[in-house]
Order: sequence, then C-alpha cells, then structure tokens
Amino acid sequence: MKTSLKLTVNDEAREFLVEPYSSLLDALRDELHLTGTKKGCDEGDCGACTVLLDGKPVPSCLVLAHGAHDGQVTTIEGLAGPEGLHPVQQAFVTYGGLQCGFCTPGLVMSAVGMLQQNPKPTEDDVKYAIGGNLCRCTGYTKVIESIMAAAQELRNANR
Amino acid sequence: MARFEYLEARTLRQAISLLERYGNQARIVAGSTDFLVRWRQGVWQPKYVVNVGNITSLGRISYSPRLGLRLGALVRVGDLVDHPQVRGNYPALSAAAASFAGVQVRNLATVGGNVCNASPAGDTLPALLAFDAQCKVSGPDGERSIPLNEFFTGPGRTVLKAGEILTELRLPPPLPNTGSLYIKHSPRGAMDIATLGVASVMTLEGSSLVCRNVRIALGAVAPTPIRGSSAESLLWGREVTSELIASAAQAAKGDTKAIDDVRGSAEHRQEMVAVLTQRTLERSWDMAKGNPISFERQRELAVQTAF
Repeated sequence: MKTSLKLTVNDEAREFLVEPYSSLLDALRDELHLTGTKKGCDEGDCGACTVLLDGKPVPSCLVLAHGAHDGQVTTIEGLAGPEGLHPVQQAFVTYGGLQCGFCTPGLVMSAVGMLQQNPKPTEDDVKYAIGGNLCRCTGYTKVIESIMAAAQELRNANR
Repeated sequence: MARFEYLEARTLRQAISLLERYGNQARIVAGSTDFLVRWRQGVWQPKYVVNVGNITSLGRISYSPRLGLRLGALVRVGDLVDHPQVRGNYPALSAAAASFAGVQVRNLATVGGNVCNASPAGDTLPALLAFDAQCKVSGPDGERSIPLNEFFTGPGRTVLKAGEILTELRLPPPLPNTGSLYIKHSPRGAMDIATLGVASVMTLEGSSLVCRNVRIALGAVAPTPIRGSSAESLLWGREVTSELIASAAQAAKGDTKAIDDVRGSAEHRQEMVAVLTQRTLERSWDMAKGNPISFERQRELAVQTAF
C-alpha cells in the first residue's frame, strides 16, 4: 500500500504517496513525473539515474524512496534557472559532450556534484567522478572536455 | 518481484527488536545498494525490510592516536575515501574504498554493509583485515566483540546470530615505520567486481630492516576474505630483502582456495596472488622505510586492470 513521503525536490517541498518498495528513481519518474532522470540498468551500474541526495550524487535506482524521507533531492530539472542553462549543461552543448543524450542527465549530475566539492578538478579527478557513468556514444573525451570547461566557467563566474 | 513492507528503525534498540520479531522474514538494509539489486533479481524475497540507514549514531568516524580508528557501521564507503585521518593513517583503506564501484554507489554503500554482505570480493575487506579490524556487535543478548578475521564463515555468511547487528569497526592505531597498500585486479577501472585483491601492511623495527609486524589479506581467492598466513610467517622478525618478499609472495599461493568463475580461472588467481602480494609488500616496505606515497598515487595503484 502506498504511504506518504515528504521530500524536498528541486527546492520545492513535496508530499506524495509511494509504494513501500519503490526506488527514489521510480518515485521521481512515476509519481512526480520528473522523467529527466533516466532508468538505464536499474542495478546501479550505468549512472543514468544519478541525482543529488543531500548534495551528493547517488544512483536513485538503489535508494529506497521511503529511506530518503526529509531529504533534499536535486534532479536535472532543478539545474536550469530563469537566466538559462546551468554552466555544466551549457558546456555539454558547447563542447559536444553528448550524442544520443540518454546518459547525459546522469553525467551532468555527477559533474555538478563533483564541482560542488572540488571546484578545481584535474582531468584525473573528472575521470574518477564519472567512473560510474556509462556513455556508449561519445567515447568520453568530449564529456571530459565539457566538464573541465564548465569548471573553468564556474570559477570565472565566482571570481 | 515479491513486494515487501518497509520498516524504519530510529534507534539501535528498535532495530534489534524488529529483527527479533520478524526473524528470517525480515532483511536488514542500510545503503541498500546490494539489497535492491538482489531483490529485483528475486534472490532475496523478504516480507519485511528493516532500514537501519537513518540511525545517525551509527554513522560516526573518529580517530585518536591512542584508540585508533572507530568506524560506525553506517559510515559511507565514500567517507573512507575523503576522510583526512583515514587517508593519513590508513592509506590502503582509503585507496581500497576509492577502488569500490563508482562515486554514486560509494555515497550510499556503508562499510558495515560491505562487511555483513560478506562477499569474498568485497573491496574494503582485505584492507580492514590487514589493519586488524575488530567488529563490535549488538544483539538481543547485549554486546560482543569479534575479530574481523573470525567474522566470515562463507560467501555471504557471517557469525552474526538472529537479531544481531554490526555497529562499529575498530582499527588499532598504526605503529611508527608502517607502510600499506591495496591492489585490486579487475577488467575495468571502475564499477567492477575484483577478480582478486591484496592488501599488505608492514612495520619495520625502528630504523632497521627487521620486520616487526606484517599482515597480508587476500580477497576473492577463497570462500571468504583471508589472511596470507604462510606468507606472513616467512617475514615476521626477519630482515626484509627483495628475495624474502619474493618467497613470501610465492608462499601466499598456498594460502588460497581459488575457484574458476566468469572473472578468472583458479590458476590465474593463484598466479596473480603472488604478483599482487609481491607488489603490495615491496611498496609497503618502501613506505615503512620512510618514503610515503600520496593518496592520489595510492588511488592510481589501487586498480590494476591489465598486466
């Protein structure tokens, strides 16, 4: 039986009904209709379902929705502001960090999570940060370029 | 998929009483990274899930030079990577944690869960064994302490009795002149299960080359993570040389009970145990002589995909 769950999703307090066995991923997609977060493998291996939970990137398919009660969730829908795309999203567009786009929301969330902890990453730091995200199109080179460029852009903006 | 009821324990006492009440109809979860995968596969079909993941008192890390490291069972694997005292005093444990899955899974998975899941290939286990971890356990009959070396009884099996919960891991403080290293061999650099893994910790007597203390732990070469006791006994109290390390590494093969599986043959694992034991001992020896290596270098060495 569905029971009530309270979460803050993209800075908005939400209360909604969720099955006891639902993952956070299914809760976001099926109950809140936030379908930007993708379901790839549903085993935690592909990273397509990455969201930020209390500021840290997690595979939402491996989170029990009810276990995340009172948590702060940020999904890909929560990144862009009235002024336009988030700098990480914009860098993926500018530097061609995507092709089919299925893995992109997860990669972007991993990058945003890393940059909040480490604003000045080395290329190795970026590779470790996206080690849990599979992309079958790009070969990763342009993804890494995009994230390095976004890091620079964010540092310039905060100067 | 069999549906289950979700129960959340707010305190340790409540968790123990829920596990006691529902017995083998219940399954304990914390990070749920193993649980949700096994449940979707239909391997685990509990009627009740008891989530202990939000019991904040079990999530603490503390270090003191006198007491060593205390890891609450709910400490995330990712916290082992980042914690300055873990990096500084138990570098092989930080590096082992960095070799574990990927960032996202590390942010959920708990060190207690990795121990209780009792996979012979669990990435933090060889390092925890090599640092001589003790397990603190609470249950219906009170508390007890068990050396990690005696905790595992088989793949996925531990000495925990019904209603018992692992609450803390205690690692003694490192001795002076100590070096340590973990190396995992796996086909991919991230998100892969170890074909095998070896952790070594070596301490030298003062500024001499005499081995005062050594522990070698081997993952994924037996039904449980094990110590390389024959290799260790060749080194204890002896003056360390490269030749001695090479013979100890060969002796480690005799400590294994490897099997063939999709990640490698028993023969491959046996040969690789000698290689990784030698590499981890050589580096640990060098570090113990006063040549520390940075966390970034440890992390780089921690996953070796090809040889």
